[in-house]
Amino acid sequence: MDDQLKYMTGQVAKGTMTRREFVGRAAALGVTAAVANSMLAGNAQAAAHEAPVRGGSLKIGSSGGESTNTLDPALTASEVPLDNLRHLYETLVEVDPSGSVEPRMAESYEASADAKTWAFKIRKGIQFHNGKDMTPEDVLKTMQRHSNEDSQSGALGIMRGISGMKVDGDNFIVELEVGNADLPYLMADYHLMIQPDGGMDNPGAGIGTGPYTLEVDEPGVRHGFRRNENYWDADNRGFTDYNEVLVLNDATARTAALQSGQVNMINRVDPKVAALLDRAPNLSVKSVSGRGHYVFIAHIDTAPFDNNDLRMALKYAINREEMVDKILRGYGSIGNDMPINASYPLFDASIPQREHSIEKAKEFYAKSGHDGSPIILRVADGAFPGAVDAASLFLESAKAAGIPLEIKREPNDGYWSEVWNKQPFCASYWGGRPVQDQMYSTAYLSTADWNDTRWKRPEFDAMLLEARAELDEAKRKAIYSQMGSMLRDEGGLILPMFNDFVDGVANNVGGWIEDPNAELMNNKAPIKCWVKDA
Amino acid sequence: MHPILKLIAQRLALGLLLLLAASVLIFAGTSILPGDVAQSILGQSATPEALANLRRELGLNDPAVTRYFSWLGGVLQGDLGTALTNGRDIAESLGGRLKNTLFLAFWAAAISVPLAIFLGLLAVRYKDRWPDKLISAVTLTTISIPEFMIGYVLIYWVAIKWRMFPSVAIINDSMTLGAKLNAIAIPVMVLTLVVLAHMMRMTRAAILNVMQSAYIETAELKGLGMLKIIRKHAFPNAIAPIVNVVMLNLAYLVVGVVVVEVVFAYPGMGQYLVDHVSKRDVPVVQACGLIFAAVYIGLNLIADIVSILANPRLRHPK
Repeated sequence: MDDQLKYMTGQVAKGTMTRREFVGRAAALGVTAAVANSMLAGNAQAAAHEAPVRGGSLKIGSSGGESTNTLDPALTASEVPLDNLRHLYETLVEVDPSGSVEPRMAESYEASADAKTWAFKIRKGIQFHNGKDMTPEDVLKTMQRHSNEDSQSGALGIMRGISGMKVDGDNFIVELEVGNADLPYLMADYHLMIQPDGGMDNPGAGIGTGPYTLEVDEPGVRHGFRRNENYWDADNRGFTDYNEVLVLNDATARTAALQSGQVNMINRVDPKVAALLDRAPNLSVKSVSGRGHYVFIAHIDTAPFDNNDLRMALKYAINREEMVDKILRGYGSIGNDMPINASYPLFDASIPQREHSIEKAKEFYAKSGHDGSPIILRVADGAFPGAVDAASLFLESAKAAGIPLEIKREPNDGYWSEVWNKQPFCASYWGGRPVQDQMYSTAYLSTADWNDTRWKRPEFDAMLLEARAELDEAKRKAIYSQMGSMLRDEGGLILPMFNDFVDGVANNVGGWIEDPNAELMNNKAPIKCWVKDA
Repeated sequence: MHPILKLIAQRLALGLLLLLAASVLIFAGTSILPGDVAQSILGQSATPEALANLRRELGLNDPAVTRYFSWLGGVLQGDLGTALTNGRDIAESLGGRLKNTLFLAFWAAAISVPLAIFLGLLAVRYKDRWPDKLISAVTLTTISIPEFMIGYVLIYWVAIKWRMFPSVAIINDSMTLGAKLNAIAIPVMVLTLVVLAHMMRMTRAAILNVMQSAYIETAELKGLGMLKIIRKHAFPNAIAPIVNVVMLNLAYLVVGVVVVEVVFAYPGMGQYLVDHVSKRDVPVVQACGLIFAAVYIGLNLIADIVSILANPRLRHPK
């Protein structure tokens, strides 16, 4: 089946098969429309585009930048620093738009039969911006910096399962405590950017192997990048001579800058104005469905949320369609109380969609025997865009079912440290992960730091580990399906919607492809796109 | 010692004391905010180990009093320290931001202060006739609209529809003065509209007050023209309250324009301060707070001195 699909995506790319035909035929092979579309996104679009134009410069207006930002990949958590990382550095492997692993600093990789030992063959002839050769030792040092005792890295959590790392000739070897078929996806984490000597001496220097070198670094204002003349993959990345990332945190300022032609692309277009903005003649709004989701999370070990009937009542009371319409303005899709959707590999589309039902909500609420005391939902605007409005919609539909929901507004400032993962019921946001294993390991494993629903089930943990080491995809899919259903029916996660990534792009930008991994083509639009009239 | 010099010395000493008190307040304020710098840097993706490591490295485990005095010691030696969040030298990054803030404030003041005073004089000249009413109506309208709203409206017309000036006011040292002025054109318009009314109304009120005096009547009886009376006799006597309100507005232009900075992505001190407050980067907040307090105190000092110099009774005390 895989070969046939590959053949067909090729046909679409050449133009001998239409997109609709492809989706239809893929469906005949048992592939859902969403998956088929995402296959095309990765494959056909790039090929169908005109040849890249070299030269010129791109300006990117991005939210998520502060004057406190650094270029240290370990401390990167918001959008502008991510844009910067993609210009300057590269990881061992990347997740490509179709969701498969693309070798970068590693030219290939292989696993032992039990998926416990992985060898990444490091590409030769690549130089850092300072002229030094990139070696397997640099890779090892990088990984050590992100996993050693003093590490402050955001990737520390995913480095935990690693029992040993070493260099063997041209190879970088990773040994795991438990087999993990998805290890390459973990190595694609954006924190794990390869730096000379692992960045041990000066992690924020901006010296990497990326397609651009650092020219201007004014945190919270702008970051300028000059094309790297020595770049190893110049055929595919780094077409412009100079790129500039401008920090435009205000949504209106961002759209105005795009409309007046001061920037070529912006991230996070407000869904409220996206349709209007799309009407402007010189630009278009691009949206792609991703894995990010807006959620309400309850701690299932805390009363009254320890009662599954009450959780079910809340899950039936929430009106998912209304939220996608009113909060996301259609730029998103409804959720099914599990953190996985069709954007993930091995997603089981046969799990039934939970429908909004006041009757069932009433029934479960009566069955729960809740004493009628107010159920407090904590929310702040910063939890996700439109969180307070979404909570009000939830409040109204819960009221219709007789559930005494009450909203308590919290300040944005300190929300992630004082409310999220501390209070028993609150609004939150997850960016999603490239594979199911990583999503579940991050937030639903008993021992996970960010187990924000207090979901602690030994049988669930066992299934997760079993699936992780399982190399047979059909068996893996079956296990993941069971895990998803379990969370859907018993978890503390109320997941009304998955949000799209909505970007604005000027018409003179060439090479845009859909990438469901993150906004602005997984933050790689500046390095993969070109200026048509350069 | 000349009494004025003595007065200035007294005010300066008092100002320094105030600054010290302000720094204590700012430090205490940032300490009682929920969360700390380590948590804020790492955000949602913080693991307990990473938090502990970062706290240790940043010295957050020391008691607050120790941290305050070690910071104060540095400041007295002219060392503002380094930012906890990105390890940059505070004096250096703050210097650039302060320069930008003063640049914007200077041009906004250069246009708005003469304009406000001129309009105020004009309003007095045509008191209760249509020019007076028109000036008051327009300036009171613009002061009543929130500044971000004025910003958005001007962006829509001036930047998007007419394409006269850019909507993004990011400036840097490599730009020429002309390019910089072009970039800040819309923010300057916004700030001018925001501060105009206050100064204009005060000018009008102060001069009208003086116009009731007997010596103005004498001047009128001498046969002097209205504008000449205002310029030569009324204005010099009304200068003290006008200078006061001008200084207040100048202080606002330096310390209070964070909303305008956000709307136009202007790299000034306001945004810099807000970023570091939300990250609980106390040394930077302290440094910014100190500068803002110094600006306020300094401008008020100037206002006081000018009103003393403008008043012969205070200038030559018995």
